[in-house]
Amino acid sequence: MTLACPECEGPVRLAEPVRMSEIAQCADCSSELEVVGLDPVTLELAPEIEEDWGE
Amino acid sequence: MAVLASRVRYEEKRIFAALERRGVAYAHVDTRRLGEELGAGPAGNGGPGYAAALNREISHSRALYASLLFEARGVATVNTSDTITVCGDKLRTSLLLRRAGVPVPRTAVALAPEAGADAAERLGFPVVLKPLAGSWGRLVAAVHDRDQAETVLEHRAALPTPQQHIVYLQELVDKPGRDIRVIVAGDEVVGATYRYSDGWRTNAARGARSAPCPLTPELTGPARAAARAVGGGVLGVDLVEGPGGPLVLEVNHTVEFQGFQDAHGDAVDVADAIVAHLLDAASRDGAAAGARRGEAR
Repeated sequence: MTLACPECEGPVRLAEPVRMSEIAQCADCSSELEVVGLDPVTLELAPEIEEDWGE
Repeated sequence: MAVLASRVRYEEKRIFAALERRGVAYAHVDTRRLGEELGAGPAGNGGPGYAAALNREISHSRALYASLLFEARGVATVNTSDTITVCGDKLRTSLLLRRAGVPVPRTAVALAPEAGADAAERLGFPVVLKPLAGSWGRLVAAVHDRDQAETVLEHRAALPTPQQHIVYLQELVDKPGRDIRVIVAGDEVVGATYRYSDGWRTNAARGARSAPCPLTPELTGPARAAARAVGGGVLGVDLVEGPGGPLVLEVNHTVEFQGFQDAHGDAVDVADAIVAHLLDAASRDGAAAGARRGEAR
């Protein structure tokens, strides 16, 4: 499915099945986005990387 | 099963798909919404108890405490809070690797920045200065002489986190433009990749290119030993090819594997190996709990 980027309204393609908390990237503005709702599928800017993130 | 994650990335989607292919019932638990009164019912959003929990949390702090909470409820966790504690601290990891006789680069530590330059000099330049905690190659510096060491340590001393003032140093191994990532799940070595980089840091997060690496005894031996030394589980063991053979650099407790999987194609299924280990951990834990109940009778 394709949704509008909440930052730039560019097209963001998501492979199905879409999952809660899934991370996607807008091809137009490079914003990192998070799926915050499934019915309907809703995108928000993903949280910024924190100091203790990693492997 | 519970899968603990605040971010569902390529890896988590592969793991969900592997669980579904095997017909395993699971719940995705977003650790950002995990809250409970201690001692009041099963962990995991107040839901049912779980046979096991796979911890895929990207935040080290949340991962550690999520595993602790689930363990407190008697849920088998992969990885355990003990393993996460060790892997989240390079000095703890180094001490356990050395105790287990795992080959590692020469390593030194100083407990204050002002002692760091002398420690680096004793180790012999060039050295790599690494933060005790942290991932993806962040704040890692290659230091080639005393002047550089003093400059970097001055910056390190200005950081607000006290842990950043502990100086952890390793010899800079003259590697052939690549390092090696080995993924281990329990006793199984899932596979290995070379990670090539134009720079001296070969983290996949920094854009390193992954290519399949053949598994040899000189690689699987240290990788297995390193995984065992830090407490076992699903782990990414990073090695560098030293003049005398592979040396273990570090062990990662929430292993990312997109580059690894892409490099191997259909020859390896990392997500399925992780799920297999999770099921094994759940059955072993169930058997142990049954044995404990038997003893109680």
